[in-house]
Amino acid sequence: MIRLRGVTKLYPSSARPALEDVTVEIEKGEFVFLVGQSGSGKSTFLRLVLKEEKPTTGSIWVAGKELARLSHWKVPALRRQIGTVFQDFRLLPTKTVRENVAFALEVIGKPRHTVAKVVPEVLQLVGLAGKEERMPDELSGGEQQRVAIARAFVNRPMILLADEPTGNLDPSTSIGIMRLLDRINRTGTTVVMATHDSHIVDSMRRRVIELDNGHVTRDQSRGVYGYVN
Amino acid sequence: MRLDYVLSEVGSGLRRNLTMTVAVILTVAISLTFLGVAWLMRAQISTTKDFWYGNIEVSVFLAPNVSQPERDAIRDTLTQLPQVEYAHYVSKDEAYQRAKVLFKGSPALLRNVHPGVLPESYLVKLHDPHKYPIVASAVQTMPGVDEVVTASGQLKKLFRFVDGIQFAALVVAGVVLLAAVLLIFNTVRVAAFNRRRETGIMRLVGASMLFIQGPFVLEVSTAGLMGAAFSLGLVSLIKVVFIDHGIASLAPSVTPYIGWGTVFATFPWLALLGILLSAVTSVLTLQRYLRV
Repeated sequence: MIRLRGVTKLYPSSARPALEDVTVEIEKGEFVFLVGQSGSGKSTFLRLVLKEEKPTTGSIWVAGKELARLSHWKVPALRRQIGTVFQDFRLLPTKTVRENVAFALEVIGKPRHTVAKVVPEVLQLVGLAGKEERMPDELSGGEQQRVAIARAFVNRPMILLADEPTGNLDPSTSIGIMRLLDRINRTGTTVVMATHDSHIVDSMRRRVIELDNGHVTRDQSRGVYGYVN
Repeated sequence: MRLDYVLSEVGSGLRRNLTMTVAVILTVAISLTFLGVAWLMRAQISTTKDFWYGNIEVSVFLAPNVSQPERDAIRDTLTQLPQVEYAHYVSKDEAYQRAKVLFKGSPALLRNVHPGVLPESYLVKLHDPHKYPIVASAVQTMPGVDEVVTASGQLKKLFRFVDGIQFAALVVAGVVLLAAVLLIFNTVRVAAFNRRRETGIMRLVGASMLFIQGPFVLEVSTAGLMGAAFSLGLVSLIKVVFIDHGIASLAPSVTPYIGWGTVFATFPWLALLGILLSAVTSVLTLQRYLRV
């Protein structure tokens, strides 16, 4: 589903590559934790998969497409197959919960009746039934992240990228979010989650890819956050 | 394509940036008005040229004490020139009759004209009006000739003057047009910045370029079209005030004046220019300030 081969990314403003010679393969339906300190290259990894950035060298395949060969105007089609969630939720403050989720469908031209049918379903899935008409600032952090996940998942993407989704949440709320991501993963969606949160990684026991200064230092199929031999 | 979505975005965008929108509308209106005026002036000049060159006549005015042999000699010289189509003798009396017709709209002018005041002349029609100097030099120094006058000589001065005004109108149009482009550029930049959350999410969920940039371009083009509509009104107003109630009423028979047909002919071009100007500027701005 996601394959990086010999990928190096060097930002123009930095002497040290953000990623260096990274080769990773993530299968369809996997749940992968991307761990490492700040600046280890986790966000660059996600940005490369979204084709927000181009690798300096190496090649990347996402959903069967080699990104370097993907023409500019086909990038939107790629991104429709990828849902993305961030630490800071990125909801539109002037729109209700329902409108925030519907927005993701409207701007890709989905017909009105599809939007009307699908949005309540996904809000039910993330546990926000009954809060459709709330504004984002009336919700708790965990609820806001659920809205963001609903928005990322409403178009049923093949891949869900999550960049520190629990970074702003307290531990008990984080567990709820992880259960939700797990449920989404069970529908067959590949989930890649960058995180600092050792408790979550240790409790989930999923594949762990550790980055350190742009290098993959560990790739364990049922790993924990800290390195154990 | 969800048209209702795009249209509601355009509407709310225009309202959100009301001051900028008004500024864009006004600058587009003013610049297009100056362009329209320059256009009308050109049309007026060419109408006038056609009229005068079509009727081009060189007047050879005779001295008050001209004798009959002198008259005949002048006529013979004129009719023998290959450039001359015909030479028509205008007596003092006929000159007065012609003046009455020519200045019938200007009674004040006519009051000072009496039979016998106007000199007799030969009205010379040329095959090619530009050959006027040959004719002038052939008869200028003949005895009995007072003055050789051509309409084109007078007109050239007038045309130079009107050309000057037209050039000035074009310069002003160009300067205001530049201001309009810069304003549109800034409006789009500010709008793109204000909506960076929305466009960021649109990018992320895979909205197409058309969906992300469309509302911005449509928004500014709508303002451009409104500006163009304003300029059409202003151009019409200028025609009514300066031509219909201005020079045309002061000097009705000097030349035919441009009609509404000429004014209406500018409308589609001005409207098109208003839309194109804003659409192209906003697309170029978005390429810099709105990554997709």
